[in-house]
Amino acid sequence: MGRLRKLLIPGVDKKLLVRDATRLMPDLTRRRFISGGASFGALTLLTGCDVIDSDSAEEMLKKVSKFNDAVQAFIFNPHALAPTFPESAITKPFPFNAYYEVDDAPDIDGKDWKLEVSGLVENKKAWTLDELYKLPQQKQVTRHICVEGWSAIGSWTGTPLSYFLKVIGADTTAKYCWFQCADKDGYNSPLDMETALHPQTIMAFRFADEILPRAYGFPMKIRVPTKLGFKNPKYVISMEVTNDYKGGYWEDQGYNSFSGS
Amino acid sequence: MTSLAAAEQRTATASRVIQPAWVRVMHWTNAVAIILMIMSGLQIYDASPLFNSLTFSRTVTLGGWLGGALLWHFAAMWLLMVNGLAYLVTGFVTGRFKKKLLPISPRGVISDAVAALTFRLSHDDLSKYNQVQRLLYAGIIAVGIVIVLSGLSIWKPVQFQYLTALFGGYDIARYVHFFCMSTIVAFLAIHVLLAVLVPKSLRAMIIGH
Ligand code: HEM
Repeated sequence: MGRLRKLLIPGVDKKLLVRDATRLMPDLTRRRFISGGASFGALTLLTGCDVIDSDSAEEMLKKVSKFNDAVQAFIFNPHALAPTFPESAITKPFPFNAYYEVDDAPDIDGKDWKLEVSGLVENKKAWTLDELYKLPQQKQVTRHICVEGWSAIGSWTGTPLSYFLKVIGADTTAKYCWFQCADKDGYNSPLDMETALHPQTIMAFRFADEILPRAYGFPMKIRVPTKLGFKNPKYVISMEVTNDYKGGYWEDQGYNSFSGS
Repeated sequence: MTSLAAAEQRTATASRVIQPAWVRVMHWTNAVAIILMIMSGLQIYDASPLFNSLTFSRTVTLGGWLGGALLWHFAAMWLLMVNGLAYLVTGFVTGRFKKKLLPISPRGVISDAVAALTFRLSHDDLSKYNQVQRLLYAGIIAVGIVIVLSGLSIWKPVQFQYLTALFGGYDIARYVHFFCMSTIVAFLAIHVLLAVLVPKSLRAMIIGH
C-alpha cells in the first residue's frame, strides 16, 4: 500500500487524483484494500462476532494468495499453448485499458528510446529500437483476458522473450524478469521465468501488423497470452533478471501475483 | 454396504438421527463458502458487468474493490471445492444420495408440489425427502458442480482450455457461471423460506434430530 500513500502528496489536486484513479481503485482515503465497511458489516453479522477483524482477514487472504501463486505455478504447463484465432476474430476496435485516460499514455520518441537490461545477464548493453527490430519475430492472434473479466482478441508480432534472454546471456535459472514501464506513476510487474520462457511470450513491436500504436504500448509491450492483461506490461523501458521478488504496480495493491490464465 | 454406511444406519436407528453429523458440518461449511463466493463474485461482476443495466450495490458485495473481491473469491473457492468434493464422495459412498434423493419422477414432483402449495404435504417424517425436495437438492448439487467447473474454465482458459471449450469458450463460460450463481440465489431464497416454515427441519440440520 506504500504506493497509494505516496500518491497522496500534499498539494496535489485530490480531484485530479481521484479522476485518474479508475473506478476500480479502492477509496484513496482508505488504506485497507480488502474490505468495504458496509460489506464487512454484513460479514460480521454473518459470523456474529468480530473474530474476523479486517487485519487478520487481510493476513489470511494474502497467505492464500501466495498459496494460489504456488498452485498456479504447479498447474502451469510450459508446453501448453494459448488457443490462437483467425484474423477475422480480432476484436475491433481493440480496447484501450489503463489506470489513466488514453491522453495520458506515455508519448515515447522511438529514436530516443532504449531498452535497458540489467541484473543476472552477461551483456548489459542497452538496445535501440532499430536493433530490436532486426531480431527474428513471430505473430500471434490470441485472446487478451483482463482481470476485470472482459476479453478481446488481438494480433501481436514480436520477438520471443526466450530468444532475447538467450541473446543477452540471461541466467534463466533466475526467478523473475522484472519490467519497468514509462506509464505515469511508474508501472512495473514481475514475470516468473517459466512464463518468460514460454514460446508465446513475446516482446511485441506490432499490433495488427502495424507498428505498435501509442495506445497499445509503443514502442514495446510484453505480450504474455498465458497471463491476465495487467501482467502484459506496455511502454517497457527496462528489464531486470533477478531472483528477488520486487512487487508490481497492481500486485502490490492485492492482485494475485501469478495471475496465470 | 460399506462400513461408513453401516455406521450411519446404526447411529441413525440408535438415536433417530435425521441429519448425520457429516451432513450437518458439510452443509453449513458449504453455506458459508457459497455466501462468501456469491458476495465476492458480485463485486467481481461489477468490474465488468455482463448486463449493462445490472450492477450490484456495495451492501451485498464483499471485498471493497475488485482486488479485494478476487482475494476472497479465490480463498473461499478452496473451502467450497474441498468441502463439496468431500460431500459428493461421502454422499455416493454411503449411499445417502441414492437413498435420500432417488427416485424422482415428474408425476411425483407435481403431486408433491400441489400438495405443498395447498398445505397438505406432510412433514411428519423428516428423514424422508419429498419429491420436490429431492428435485431441488439433486438439482442444486448438479448446479454446484457446473458452477465450479465453469469457474475453473474462466480462471484457467489456457491451462484448462479443453474445459473452457466445453463451455463454448471463455465469454460464454462467464455467462454460464453467472447463470449458475443466479440459480443458486433463487434456490437459496426458496430453501431458506421452506426451512423457516418447517423449523424442525432446521433444528435437525443444526443438532441432528
Ligand atoms: C444459509 C442458509 C441455509 C439454510 C438456513 C439451509 C437450511 C437447510 C435445511 C434446514 C436443510 C434440511 C432440510 C430438509 O430436511 O429438507 C438443508 C438441506 C440441504 N441444503 Fe441447505 N441451507 C442453507 C444454505 C444452503 C446452500 C447455500 C446450499 C447449496 C448451494 C444448500 C444445499 C442443501 C442441500 C443439497 C441439502 C440436502 C442435504 C442432504 O440431505 O445431503 N443449503 N438446508
